[in-house]
Amino acid sequence: MKSVIALFKKDLLLEFRQQYTFYGILLYVASTIFVLYLAMGQPEDQVWNGLFWMIQLFVCVNAVAKSFLQESRGRLLYFYSIAGPRDFILSKLLFNVLLMGLLSLVSWILFGLLLGNPVQNGLRFMGLAVFGGLGLSLVFTFLSAIAARAQQNAALMAILGFPLIIPQILLMMKLANTAFSQVIQDSLGMIVLLLAGLDLLVVALAIILFPFLWKD
Amino acid sequence: MRLAWWKILCILQLLTISVAGFLGDVPAKPILNETIRNYYFHVPMWFGMMIFFIVSVVNSVKYLRSGNLKHDSLAVEYANIGLLFCILGLSTGMIWANYTWGKPWSNDPKQIGAAIAFLIYFAYLVLRNSMIDPDKRAKIGAVYNIFAFAMLFPTIWIIPRLLESLHPGGMGNPALNPGDVDSRMRYLFYFVAFPGWTLLGVWIASLSIRLKNLEEKKLQHA
Repeated sequence: MKSVIALFKKDLLLEFRQQYTFYGILLYVASTIFVLYLAMGQPEDQVWNGLFWMIQLFVCVNAVAKSFLQESRGRLLYFYSIAGPRDFILSKLLFNVLLMGLLSLVSWILFGLLLGNPVQNGLRFMGLAVFGGLGLSLVFTFLSAIAARAQQNAALMAILGFPLIIPQILLMMKLANTAFSQVIQDSLGMIVLLLAGLDLLVVALAIILFPFLWKD
Repeated sequence: MRLAWWKILCILQLLTISVAGFLGDVPAKPILNETIRNYYFHVPMWFGMMIFFIVSVVNSVKYLRSGNLKHDSLAVEYANIGLLFCILGLSTGMIWANYTWGKPWSNDPKQIGAAIAFLIYFAYLVLRNSMIDPDKRAKIGAVYNIFAFAMLFPTIWIIPRLLESLHPGGMGNPALNPGDVDSRMRYLFYFVAFPGWTLLGVWIASLSIRLKNLEEKKLQHA
């Protein structure tokens, strides 16, 4: 547990010192949403929701991709000598969840500013955006580990990840649609539980499977 | 030509189902009518696909535990044959849907689930082909196979139960409505159609594994 926190701190510190990724991704979010605004103006609820989750998906791929792809071979060898694989993957998951949670909030604010804000129940939508971002970042963190081991770029990650994430994105859109009106759906709680279960499953799988990716 | 008993059984079962499936009596149901015969051809594809993907993931786990490349070639061949059954299941379903729903594709949850399975296993093959070193390919492929399997199957088993669908069975059971078929059809399905098609898949997989082994042998002696 101690080394998880140490590794997490290292990632965080690196981010604060370099500030390259965060601002890079921030600019990515801002310019994509601006382009969307130029192309669509202020779309209807359904379109707004669909666009929001698609942008989340692409932001996630770009934000998370660097977590393994940036580490050089030498540095990985160094981590290998000081920490276990489980600590390493847990620290990466934790960092990416934090990063994606933050980015979800940013993209929600930018969406509200540029594309209009059709959301009725803001608090619920915000919670769902962060929750969805969390799920996305967990899946893509593990896939970026696979893509990095296969010595491939972020494109492979997208090929591997998009089919896997479709069910989750569909459910998130369905959930988020409920925030556009004041109507309460009864199946809401069940879907949230299902998604939380999936998130737990991903973490468990990452912990079990990552040691096999770690060693050559 | 000598054939193992299960290959003879497979041929007999498939001959039986080809005759009985087209000529046998079926209950006349509204909407379904004669298209209910697809039960013998479409449904076994999905049963077979699930079995092959399960065999594939079991072999991936075995590979990670033992490091024996034999398990890896089993995993990839069974994934291939599962993919073939998935394509056949989708196309038989689309032909059927064209006559009962009016169009081949209508974004039904079951169709989406099948399409997702198809994309995921294609991604698995792409991932494998992106690496040349056989050990690395086997290891990373196995990790993705297990991860994808564990992500895919809960969703295709659970989500269709949450969403409404036009597919027979409708809400609840994702694929079958037990009330639609009579006992004769059920008997033919479980004892003839389903084992017959699955054995055919096993047969194809065993042939392609033998072919692959021969090719490897040839490379070694070249």
